[in-house]
Amino acid sequence: MSAAKLLPVGDRGRLLELDDNRAALAVAARLRAELPGLVDVVPGHRTVLAVGDVDDHALLAAAADALAEQDERREATSFEISVLYDGADLAEVARLLGLDADEVVARHAAPTYTVAFLGFAPGFAYLLGGDPGLEVPRLADPRERVPAGSVAIAGPYSCIYPRSSPGGWRLLGRTELRLFDAERLPPALLAPGDRVRFVPL
Amino acid sequence: MNAVEVLAAGPLTTFQDLGRPGLAHLGVPPSGAVDARALADGNRLVGNPAGATALEATLVGPRLRFRRDALVALAGAEGARSFLVRAGEVLDVGACRPGARVYVCVAGGFVVQPVLGSTSTDLLTGLGPPPLRDGDVFAIGPAPAAASVQRAFTATAPAGPLRLLLGPRDDRLTQAGLETLFTSPWRVSTAADRVGVRLDGPRLETTRSDELPSEGLVTGALQVPPSGRPILLLNDHPTTGGYPVVGVVHSDDLPLAGQLRPGDVVSFRR
Repeated sequence: MSAAKLLPVGDRGRLLELDDNRAALAVAARLRAELPGLVDVVPGHRTVLAVGDVDDHALLAAAADALAEQDERREATSFEISVLYDGADLAEVARLLGLDADEVVARHAAPTYTVAFLGFAPGFAYLLGGDPGLEVPRLADPRERVPAGSVAIAGPYSCIYPRSSPGGWRLLGRTELRLFDAERLPPALLAPGDRVRFVPL
Repeated sequence: MNAVEVLAAGPLTTFQDLGRPGLAHLGVPPSGAVDARALADGNRLVGNPAGATALEATLVGPRLRFRRDALVALAGAEGARSFLVRAGEVLDVGACRPGARVYVCVAGGFVVQPVLGSTSTDLLTGLGPPPLRDGDVFAIGPAPAAASVQRAFTATAPAGPLRLLLGPRDDRLTQAGLETLFTSPWRVSTAADRVGVRLDGPRLETTRSDELPSEGLVTGALQVPPSGRPILLLNDHPTTGGYPVVGVVHSDDLPLAGQLRPGDVVSFRR
């Protein structure tokens, strides 16, 4: 695993560039635990953004420690999420992949996913670790309204829409779970590094 | 106590404080006053803490009827001034010029229900109270003890080129693109809000135009989408994105960025 590369993000931020999401999650967890002067620690697909009192040496040292620990693993919370696989795009996804709908469901529900990072909307988690055979492009024409709780896929990611919003991902099913609730602490159900399994209803 | 009645809300008036820092990893934007210096100046004049909840008016301010005496400050791009508004009087904030935004601060602050620790309205996600509507009535908190406040002062930072620190993705611009970035005047387009400000000018020449895997974003980031037309992100920006960020406005100059209005011409310096 190669060392983190440090890039400037204005006078109060630094971006650590890493090999993959696994490394990004390990480094993000370490920075959050060890550098209290940071206001925000934001993992991306293979980066970590640190904002606050940024000290280049401390950032690189903490990142190197995180990468060196082979058996790291902060306490990740695991979720089993029940999904009704009746999504509007299920048949089309099956057709695109040359599978039948039951196979798509079985293959989507088989792996344990990792929350790679959040973005797009509060509580919107990008999940990695899915079956590479299920990769489909986003819709050419995004929907104006995707219902809250929709379970969807695009590229290497799976996601669950925390609330109804416009969206271009392909809808496989839905869950009743509330992914984001401003009255709850923490407000987002899923945090970077958490594990997710989908259980078909 | 219900103390302030909104006679006319103006085109866009929201409640703002210092926002919701620290939740970006959960997809929650920072939000908060886009000219935090003006917010602090106005609050200081009426004896409030710098981050007390105030109204952020956009382009044209609201008309407010006060039901009790209140020490009020208006703070914007040029400075801040305070005055006493008597019970029954109407405060007409009027046009926000120069700049785009004026803060209406009252001694004691507006009493608004916080969401995730902040009373700021986030226009990207809808978190926080809704924008002001005609007919709304709001309460004011107890006035602070500090009565010996200044009456007015002038902004210390003159408008001028914004200091832009290159990175993290300045390698996405060619040498000519970098040259254009720092030498061209940029006109603020009508697509300018609390999420970001689109800048019109020459196309920035890029080394490649594909998106990056999503990475974290900060306020003041200058994104260059495939069109080559830059977008300056403000406080309600999404927390992650894939358009390359070629530079970030220095935090000292963010208040100036927050005062850009459509039609303004802005430039960048190193």
